[in-house]
Amino acid sequence: MLKDITLGQFFPGNTVVHRLDPRTKILMVVVYIVTLFLAKWFVSYALMLAFLLLAIRISGIDLKTILRGMKPLIFIIVLTGMLNMFYTPGDPLFTLWIFTVTKQGVLNALFMMIRIIMLVTGTFLLTYTTSPIALTDALERLFGPLKKLHLPVHELAMMMSIALRFIPTLIEETDKIISAQKARGADFESGNLIQRAKALVPVLVPLFISAFRRADELAVAMECRCYHGGDGRTSLKQLRMQRRDYLTFFLGAVVLCAVIVLRNFGL
Amino acid sequence: MPPIIETKALCHVYSPGTPFEHAALTNVNFSAERGEFVGIIGHTGSGKSTLMQHLNGLLKPTSGQVLFDGADIWQSKAFLRKIRFRVGLVFQYPEYQLFEETIFKDIAFGPRNMALDETAVEERVCEAADLVGLPRNLLDKSPFDLSGGQKRRVAIAGVIAMRPDVLILDEPTAGLDPLGRERVLQNIRDYQKNAHATVIMVSHSMEEIASTVDRLFVMNHSKEAMAGTPREVFSHADALTKIGLAVPQVTMVLKRLRELGLPVDASAYTVEQACQALLALRGGDKNA
Repeated sequence: MLKDITLGQFFPGNTVVHRLDPRTKILMVVVYIVTLFLAKWFVSYALMLAFLLLAIRISGIDLKTILRGMKPLIFIIVLTGMLNMFYTPGDPLFTLWIFTVTKQGVLNALFMMIRIIMLVTGTFLLTYTTSPIALTDALERLFGPLKKLHLPVHELAMMMSIALRFIPTLIEETDKIISAQKARGADFESGNLIQRAKALVPVLVPLFISAFRRADELAVAMECRCYHGGDGRTSLKQLRMQRRDYLTFFLGAVVLCAVIVLRNFGL
Repeated sequence: MPPIIETKALCHVYSPGTPFEHAALTNVNFSAERGEFVGIIGHTGSGKSTLMQHLNGLLKPTSGQVLFDGADIWQSKAFLRKIRFRVGLVFQYPEYQLFEETIFKDIAFGPRNMALDETAVEERVCEAADLVGLPRNLLDKSPFDLSGGQKRRVAIAGVIAMRPDVLILDEPTAGLDPLGRERVLQNIRDYQKNAHATVIMVSHSMEEIASTVDRLFVMNHSKEAMAGTPREVFSHADALTKIGLAVPQVTMVLKRLRELGLPVDASAYTVEQACQALLALRGGDKNA
C-alpha cells in the first residue's frame, strides 16, 4: 500500500537528536555531506560511519526502519556502482565481454556506494527526527538574509510546509479513491501499459478535483485568519540555539577537520 | 442455507512490523442473511470501515475468513473479482469518486467493468437512475454540475447499477440536509425491497438506524460489543453510552420518564412506538 512509504516520514521522539535546533540539524547534514565527499579512504569512512551510528543510536530510531526506507534506492545504488566499476580507467583486473574491470574501478564503485548509502541515511535521520514544520521554519530562518534580495523566502517556506502537510492527506485520499473504484470493478493490475495508464483516469480525476477543492478551502481559511504573507509575522516557537547545538557544531567541525587531515595523508 | 455473507474469526492488523502497527479487527464474527437490513454502529476508529472493506475483498484478512454464500472469497483471483460485483460497497462521501464527463457514463462504469453488452449497460443505468430518482434528462449532464445530495445519489446509483446481492454503505447520509437524508434512505430501502438484497449500513445517527434496520451489530475497540434487534440493543442504554454511543432520543425520553416514576415501557425506539407506549399508559390509567 502507498501508506507504507517511510521516505521523508517523521517519527516523533524526545531524544537529544530530536531536540536539537532544526537549523543545527540542517547545517550538520550539509557539513556531513561535504565531509562525505572529502573522505578518501577507509579510515575516513570508518570515522564518519562511527559518527553516523552514534547519531542514530542517540536518536532511538531503529536501524531496520532506516534500511527499509533504503529499499526503493537499491536500483540507483547498484547502477551507480556498476557504472563506476566499468568506466574507471586504471590497472585492469579482468575483462568481461567489452567491459574491463579495473582495480581503481572496483574501489571507486565501493566508495561511491558507501557514500550514497551514508548520504541517504544521514538525510533520513534528519527527516525522521525533525517535524516538517520545524524543517521549513529552519529553512525560512536560514534563508532569511535572502529576503534583502527580494526573494520571497517566507512564501516559499509556507508553500513547502503546506505541500509537506498535504502529502499524507493526499496519499490517504488516493488510497481511498483506488479502493472505491476497485469496489466498482476497476482493474489496475492487468492489461498492457496503455490500458493501465487509462485505468488511472478514474483515480486521477477525483484526486485533482479534491486537491483543488482543498487548496481553495485552505486559502479561504487562511484569509479568514488574516494571513497576509511574511511581513511582521512572528512565530509561536522561537528558534534558539542551546549549548547542545554549539556542542554539535563543535563535534561536526572536529570530524570535518579530521577527515581533511586524513585526506592529506591519503587515508 | 448459509448466510449470504459472513466473517469467521476475522482479524486485521494495519502496518504490521512498523511503529504504526495496530489491530483494527480482532476475532470478528459477523453475518447477514439474504434480504436482511443490518446496521453497524460504533464510535470512530472502532473498526467498522475495516470490517466493511473485508466484505468485498478490498482488504485481505490477517487471519480468519470471509465467506460469501459459504465460499471463501479469497479462494481465487477470478472469484474475488466476481465478488466485487456481487457485494457493492459505497464509501463515505462517495460523490468524491465521480470522474466521468456525464452522469450516464459514471453510473455505467461498474456495469461496463462487468463486461456487459451496451444494451444491458443502458438498461441497468436507467434502472439505477430511476431507483434513486434522477430524471432521465439529467443523464447527459456533467455530474459536477449537480447539488451535493444529487451527486451522492448518482454515486450510489453507480454501485446499485451492478445489481449487487449485498449492498454495503458507509454513512450514506453524512453531510446531507434532512430532505436529502430521507431520500437517500428511501432509495436504499427501495433497492433492498425490489432486488431482495441484503443491505449493511454504517451510521452514526441512532434515529436513522432505529427506523431502518432489522438487526444491529455494535463494534467497540475492534471487537464485537453487542448484536441483536434494535429493541435488544437499545435496551442496554448504559452499556452503549459507556462505549461512546447513544440510544435514540425517544428512548432516552421514555427512560427518563420511567426514572421519574411513570410506569412506561421504555424499550420503544421509534417515535411511533413511543406514542403507542404512552397511549397504552393513558389507557391503563383510564381503566384504573
